[in-house]
Amino acid sequence: MAVSTVGKRNRRSRTFWRDTIEGYLFILPVVLGLLIWTLMPMVASFIISFTEYPLLKSPQWVGLQNYVDMFSRPTLRVMHSLGVTLIYGAVALPLSLATALGAAMLLNQKLPFMRVFRTTFYMPTIVPALATAFVWGWMLNPIYGLVNATLKALGLPPGTWLTDASTALPTLIVLSLWTIGPTTVVFLAGLQTIPESLYEAAKIDGANGRQLFWNITLPQLSPTIFFNLITGLIATFQYFLPAFVLTQGGPFFSTFFYNLNLYEKAFKWTQMGLASAMAWLMFAIILALTLILFRGSDALVYYEVKK
Amino acid sequence: MTSLPQTSAAAPPVPSTAKKKRAGRLSGRDIALYAILIGVSAIFLLPLIWMISTSLKTNAEAYTWPPVLIPSTLRFENYAEAWNYQNTDFPRWTLNTIFITVTVMVGVLLSSTLCAYGFARIRFPGRNFWFIFTIATIMLPPQVTLIPLYIAFFRIGWLDTFNPLIIPAWFGGGALNIFLLRQFFMGIPSELEDAAYIDGASRLQILFRIFIPLSVPALLTVTIFTFQGVWNDFYGPLIYLRSFDKFTLALGINQFNGLYGQTQMQYMMAIAFLMTIPMIVVFFVAQRYFIQGITLTGLNR
Repeated sequence: MAVSTVGKRNRRSRTFWRDTIEGYLFILPVVLGLLIWTLMPMVASFIISFTEYPLLKSPQWVGLQNYVDMFSRPTLRVMHSLGVTLIYGAVALPLSLATALGAAMLLNQKLPFMRVFRTTFYMPTIVPALATAFVWGWMLNPIYGLVNATLKALGLPPGTWLTDASTALPTLIVLSLWTIGPTTVVFLAGLQTIPESLYEAAKIDGANGRQLFWNITLPQLSPTIFFNLITGLIATFQYFLPAFVLTQGGPFFSTFFYNLNLYEKAFKWTQMGLASAMAWLMFAIILALTLILFRGSDALVYYEVKK
Repeated sequence: MTSLPQTSAAAPPVPSTAKKKRAGRLSGRDIALYAILIGVSAIFLLPLIWMISTSLKTNAEAYTWPPVLIPSTLRFENYAEAWNYQNTDFPRWTLNTIFITVTVMVGVLLSSTLCAYGFARIRFPGRNFWFIFTIATIMLPPQVTLIPLYIAFFRIGWLDTFNPLIIPAWFGGGALNIFLLRQFFMGIPSELEDAAYIDGASRLQILFRIFIPLSVPALLTVTIFTFQGVWNDFYGPLIYLRSFDKFTLALGINQFNGLYGQTQMQYMMAIAFLMTIPMIVVFFVAQRYFIQGITLTGLNR
């Protein structure tokens, strides 16, 4: 570290300046992108959220009106669509995390042909979401669909699935289980980092399978679970395609997700001000929930102490 | 269900090193496990199987009650007929999708590689700030920037062109990709770099002659995920593209669904499967990089 001669110091500062210039040249495209596609639009979006902006006319300053409207005008269905999204998240997230963990534990068995099963568990995630949506719409067709035909063959009553306000959202929740592939892969990687010695020590002490799961697997995986929870939360607010393609938010707005509502406000009714306010409310809720989860995680997530 | 792998009822403690498998014989527990695995696999594969099955049926058979799994005759003509269906232009839409996908892939690879190298190997003031700023954008829902961008694209006449879908990729590269490549570059020993440096190589030469050849797996991961994201993208084209001849495959299929979806299900499923084939091919060719990418970034895309 010690700088002995002037010559060395000069050379060092020359490298310093060259590194700085080169460093910024390398990251320049991305930094430009951050400014153009992220930072400037963020500022603009915040300002637009305080205006009424029907796109073809110039924006009118309305102060907090859009924010007030979101909470107080039921016809806009902002609170309703927020409710739909939160219900979906509250059920689908834990359900898919638990299923993915179960699938990962199943796939973590040391048996022949396990690679084949890992592939089949992942396959639904490979199929484009749009193609998946259409095939589900077809399979759940109340008249010609495979699902009701199977139920009938088994002597069970047919379901209304996506065609009834009381069953549409639960159906979409169940459908979300087909795309647990990536979450399963993350859990599988997490499971494989748990030292075998922990299980062996516990088994010598006479622990049974249930105890091993609750006292070793779950605590060891808790950072992974937490991580999947946060990313799942963000994804929940992005939920769009199945609702747009399969139900158009119906029947009777029962699957009118927040992001679908925002899309309609912006691109069907060109209420750019209101849609921007909705985007900021979405961001605020995601941040608040993430913060709550982080606080909660201090107590629940087990981090290995680095030696 | 939740009981753990290696805990069959009365297993005595085994020496920790060897992971022996009884040769040939399957225990009752193993058979039960296989039964569960096969059952769950069938459930997972059912939509894809049903898609293929319907795509090979005659129109009459697609709508028979009760439905049959294996068509009485395999009608491969459905694919050609769907491809050339009236009021559609699937060849054009496929070309559009390929064009967008390829240009985005090149843009993402270039900008994310350059940026990741800058973050990983060059020391400069503000580096940490920009790195954290880049990564923080992962938390930002795209809707927050969507509306001003849409208005801006509208003003400069970019609506109904491919520009809004392509140009941002050349100035961005995706925070996750940058993160992944940076991790990879940081693991490459600096001796290689120093030697090239002494020989008078420039940073760009070092990046292209040393880092890129050594980072093929990471670059493939980025390429595959970008391909998957752009090929399947529905929201972007839905917002930015209007005219028929600019549609992507996803928009085209959605249009087909609106016009004929309820009465020509065999064609719907044929087109849906055609759109799926490239994904399946890429997945099977490069499965390793898929899995690696998910594990490294830990994200569901």
